[in-house]
Amino acid sequence: MSILKPDFIKPVGIGAVIFAALAFLPSLVDSYYMSLAISIVSFAVLATAWSMFSGPTRYISLATVVFFGIGAYTVAVLGEVLPFPLVLVCAGLAGTVIALLVGFSTLRLAGVYFVIFTFGLTELVRQVVSWYEVNVTREMGRYVFLDITQNDIYWQLLALFAVLLLTGFILGRSRLGFALRIIGEDETVAKHCGIDVTRVKVALFVLSALFMTLTGAIMAPRWTYIDPVIAFNPMLSFQVVIMALLGGPRRLLGPLLGVVPLTLLFEIMTANFPNHFSILLGCVFLVIVYLLPGGVVGLYEKYSAPKKRVLATEQNAKPGGNAA
Amino acid sequence: MTNEILLSISGLQKAFGGLIAVNQMQFDVHEGEILGLLGPNGSGKTTVMNLISGALQANEGKIVISGKDITNLPAHKISHSGIARTFQLVRVLPDLDCVENIEAGLAYRTKPLWGDAAHAAALELLERIGLAKQAHTPAGDLTYIDQKRLELGRALALQPKLLLLDEWLAGLNPSELQDGIALVRKLKNEGLTIIMVEHVMDAIRSLCDRCVVMNAGAKIADGTPDEVLSDPEVVRAYLGDSHA
Repeated sequence: MSILKPDFIKPVGIGAVIFAALAFLPSLVDSYYMSLAISIVSFAVLATAWSMFSGPTRYISLATVVFFGIGAYTVAVLGEVLPFPLVLVCAGLAGTVIALLVGFSTLRLAGVYFVIFTFGLTELVRQVVSWYEVNVTREMGRYVFLDITQNDIYWQLLALFAVLLLTGFILGRSRLGFALRIIGEDETVAKHCGIDVTRVKVALFVLSALFMTLTGAIMAPRWTYIDPVIAFNPMLSFQVVIMALLGGPRRLLGPLLGVVPLTLLFEIMTANFPNHFSILLGCVFLVIVYLLPGGVVGLYEKYSAPKKRVLATEQNAKPGGNAA
Repeated sequence: MTNEILLSISGLQKAFGGLIAVNQMQFDVHEGEILGLLGPNGSGKTTVMNLISGALQANEGKIVISGKDITNLPAHKISHSGIARTFQLVRVLPDLDCVENIEAGLAYRTKPLWGDAAHAAALELLERIGLAKQAHTPAGDLTYIDQKRLELGRALALQPKLLLLDEWLAGLNPSELQDGIALVRKLKNEGLTIIMVEHVMDAIRSLCDRCVVMNAGAKIADGTPDEVLSDPEVVRAYLGDSHA
């Protein structure tokens, strides 16, 4: 791969400078804003990881929280047994194994069946964990008392986001990333071009799930108490889909454009209308799908280059819209 | 034709529910020849193409290319054994530009090309199929004819031993048809073996070395174009009893 070319070094260099600057945020703002920053970065990782798979393939996955919750639970179970870096490794392994199983068993499903399966999977995993806690450990919730500060969480998430963006950037220039785009365009053609479609899809699904799992693991110490209802809250999956669709899931930095405004909006909504959050979330979802089918990125492309075809992303938005 | 057998099909059977679309099909394709696969609409030609290319799985029978059994292998493995195809309803990758469409064929074949090498090879191939000027046009914005050219280019990018053309000449106007026929003949002269499903009689007579005619899923004739087109069984299949 052409790794040392200027068109690789320049964006990576700029990215590195921005991330280095962001690492100094904790010394500039108070803990309320740090908490907000953690929300933004964690959603940024989730939405970008989601888009890495779902953007090009147009498979709408509602399983984000499955992996996020697995990560969080791994920390709850192993947090006091192993050193934290090892706990993260275990979480990553657990997420990878589940993603492989889910990938090989479901990525042959197409369209709305895949959406429904991933939604059902959330419920399944939550029920299984609940059953285990009730019947085996006989304790429904778990405490996470770890010596990890808010700033540590922020730095870890920031590093994870940097790694994710670098991965996505390299992927976008790799044969694997190109294969995924071809699959998104026409799966039959992809097969006849010699692409092992199932393997490519599973590989990307696993990679995306790995980042989601690690996000859950890093976020777990923030809660101090988790139970299956908190860790596997399907609302999170929907939030991530909305953010990615608002931003534009087919560009690496697209989801970020949806994450920042929506995290702020959700913050305002939970502060002022805690009891109507779900209804408002649904309204936001509808507005985005109907008014901005190509996301913010699509809007930009539409008006900056009217000849470019942005309508293709419409297909992308619809299944998620129906699922809401 | 004295050449060696490249592709051999025997006892091929495919049913969709109760409908037997392909029934005990059997034929060989020799190296370097153009085989025409003819028959009325719905006689199972495209199904045979789909079975060969791995888009569909056969219920029974055997497909062998260069001595290698490829029956019911997944499509990407069949592509790796040297078979490329175009589709009856043209399929390009609409949001990708022409260079990327060709690169799709180059990047995942047995000897893959990627990066600068793929880009150069793609431009060269676009030149060869007459699309050099549209190199950076999204494939979805091309005219129908150019999409057909592009689809052929993508198939050629795979460097196949056997090319399957499913009504590739359909829908062309007379002058485009002459260009199309010339292009296919050029491919044959370069040593490519081709199976073509076709209804355009001019193309069949001028291109095909041999024809296999199907009706209702079964083979009813096999021979040179003149032989099969004068065969009473074939005339009956196309035009009905009164003309036979």
